[in-house]
Amino acid sequence: MITVNHYLVVSAILFSLGTFGVLTRRNAIVIFMCIELMLNAVNLTFIALSNHLGNMDGQVFVFFVMTVAAAEAAVGLALMISFFRNRESIEVDDISLLKW
Amino acid sequence: MQDYSLLWLIPFFPLVGSIINGLFGKKIRNEALIGTIGTAAIGASFVVSCTYFFKLLGDAEKIHETTIFGAMGSGTWMNVGQLQIDWGFLLDPLSALMIMVVTGVGSLIHLYSIGYMHGEEGFYRFFSYLNLFCFSMLMLVLGNNAMVMFIGWEGVGLCSYLLIGYYFEKKSAGDAAKKAFVVNRVGDFGFLIGLFLLFWSLGQKGVRTIRFTEIAANAHLLENGGTIVTIVTLCFFLGATGKSAQIPLYTWLPDAMEGPTPVSALIHAATMVTAGVYMIGRMNGLFAMAPDTMMVIAIVGAATAIFAASIGLAQNDIKRVLAYSTVSQLGYMFLAMGVGAFTAGIFHLMTHAFFKACLFLGSGSVIHGMHHAYHHAHLHDDPQDMRNMGGLRKKMPITFITFLVSTIAIAGIPGFSGFFSKDEILWWSFGSTRGGWILWVVGAIAAGMTAFYMFRLVFMTFFGEQKTDPRAKDHIPESGLTITIPLMVLGALAVIGGYIGVPAILGGANHIHHFLEPVFGQAQKLHAIEAHGSHATEYGLMGISVGIAVIGIFGAWFMYVKNPEMPKQLVAKFKWLHTAIFNKWFVDELYDAMFVNATKRAGRICWKGFDLPIIDGIVNGVGWLVRGFSAALRYTQSGQIHSYAMAMVIGAVIIVAAYVL
Repeated sequence: MITVNHYLVVSAILFSLGTFGVLTRRNAIVIFMCIELMLNAVNLTFIALSNHLGNMDGQVFVFFVMTVAAAEAAVGLALMISFFRNRESIEVDDISLLKW
Repeated sequence: MQDYSLLWLIPFFPLVGSIINGLFGKKIRNEALIGTIGTAAIGASFVVSCTYFFKLLGDAEKIHETTIFGAMGSGTWMNVGQLQIDWGFLLDPLSALMIMVVTGVGSLIHLYSIGYMHGEEGFYRFFSYLNLFCFSMLMLVLGNNAMVMFIGWEGVGLCSYLLIGYYFEKKSAGDAAKKAFVVNRVGDFGFLIGLFLLFWSLGQKGVRTIRFTEIAANAHLLENGGTIVTIVTLCFFLGATGKSAQIPLYTWLPDAMEGPTPVSALIHAATMVTAGVYMIGRMNGLFAMAPDTMMVIAIVGAATAIFAASIGLAQNDIKRVLAYSTVSQLGYMFLAMGVGAFTAGIFHLMTHAFFKACLFLGSGSVIHGMHHAYHHAHLHDDPQDMRNMGGLRKKMPITFITFLVSTIAIAGIPGFSGFFSKDEILWWSFGSTRGGWILWVVGAIAAGMTAFYMFRLVFMTFFGEQKTDPRAKDHIPESGLTITIPLMVLGALAVIGGYIGVPAILGGANHIHHFLEPVFGQAQKLHAIEAHGSHATEYGLMGISVGIAVIGIFGAWFMYVKNPEMPKQLVAKFKWLHTAIFNKWFVDELYDAMFVNATKRAGRICWKGFDLPIIDGIVNGVGWLVRGFSAALRYTQSGQIHSYAMAMVIGAVIIVAAYVL
């Protein structure tokens, strides 16, 4: 029997993997994908708990998250393209000018 | 009951003139128009003053108060607690006489200035200031309460500063202006303290007012001759010494000669410097209650009269001689006030305004001519140095005659105005219940000195050989009509001005005495101030003082016409005395050492010892502190996305942990 706890554990693992990727990878697109992974981990939690509690609110929320993620992907990729045009690189170590 | 509700027009006209010339004068650029506006403004005041003066003469009721909106009670300036101050004006014989002098002499001097200031850079500025001065002076004499008077009091000080510093590109003029202002501030401080103290002490008795009529009516509530009255009047007198250039605050007036000559005539001879005398006259009821203060005033006045006269003996600058003469004559006025001869003091104020204004304007005419000649010959000699003059009576006949007439008047020769007023002062200083023979002796000696140095001036300037540089000597012209007309009018007044106060002993009616009776009579009666003595004494004293004056004149003639070598021999013989007199008894140096340098040193201590280390230290310390903290914190802004993300994760973990636990 697969209970809600299983879903939550998978979700936590996915989220941790995503976080680990964000913190360790240098390539902006990979970081971006890791963030998507974190978002989807959260989506999984929402749906699991929605089903478990018999409440539709969580599923509605997931739609919002997906919409925002799509918008974020559009903006983020556009930023990366324009950055690449200027610097010929999408390594985040090169994006460090905004500081003291 | 007659209508006096338009009194406010008198100061109003010069104010308008000042504003027009001040704001638009630079655009107008037309000297004739600017000069006409300025002169017409004060001329209009003169017409209104005349109207009211003659109205007052024919009115049985002599004391009238109004405000700018006519009736009493309207025209409130401020209303604080139980104290209400109006924009109020007071017309009584004293202020009526003063407005006649101020507007009359003022108009003539405005007219004179059109010719004298011709071609000056700041022609409009000059007329604007001159109008502003007349406005302030008229506020001073017309104010019915001490605050309105104080506006005028400060206003004339400001205009004096502006006009002394008229040639502000010259350092000496700027310094003189500053000196006049600072020294006057010392006096103003006394005036204010006196006013506060008076208000407070009257308030203790339940009378909260600063209106002169109410002060006079309630003065009896204070203890007669008590400490309060003495201190109050002494404070007011300190104010008077500043404004009227008496010991110890007289040093600014001789330096004030840096201003243009019409300014010296109007402000530093005829009107502003008499403000102190007027103020004492205005509060005569209070001063009469304080015999100790009166004694101080009499002594200071007499001392100033003789001290300044002694300095005048050896000056070579024509305007400086007149400046010390003014200080000395003001000393006479204070001597008169001190011995209770209020009428005589005001009388002398008036005659002095006529002859001293004429003398100053005459000297201006001479300087104008000398300057013209030097300019023509491209020389840079000093046009004010009498040693470069001589023999000018043929070159400038009108200037010479009016100057001579005024000199005779100031020397106190019978028949001329100065004789009547000065003699009345001397008589009172001898015979008054508040006087003393020693005051008379000092006054008489000063009168002799006055005659001497004034005729020395005349002889050096107008008689003898012409000592001007040969290249310039034939180019000294008589001045134009705008300059000579005021000279002639003032010269005539210097002769006849005295006849309104011919004493009874000489068969006169002493009109001015009766005219001013409503102002001074009460206090004099109340405190039994009167001059008494036999007619023989009065004749005798009169004879002696005339004799002393004649001796002075003869001495000047003997030394400067008969034996021109004699002054040099005398100087050689009494070297130390001449050095002391010539250097004004080193009073300026003494004040510098005692006050100016001490103040500078105190300022330096505050600067180096307090301002730099403590005030600046606090301000800079705050800056350094902020910078130090920021330096530590800015390392967190690495620009590395990973470190930001790491911080977010750690923060999120902590929050969740806190929530869960």
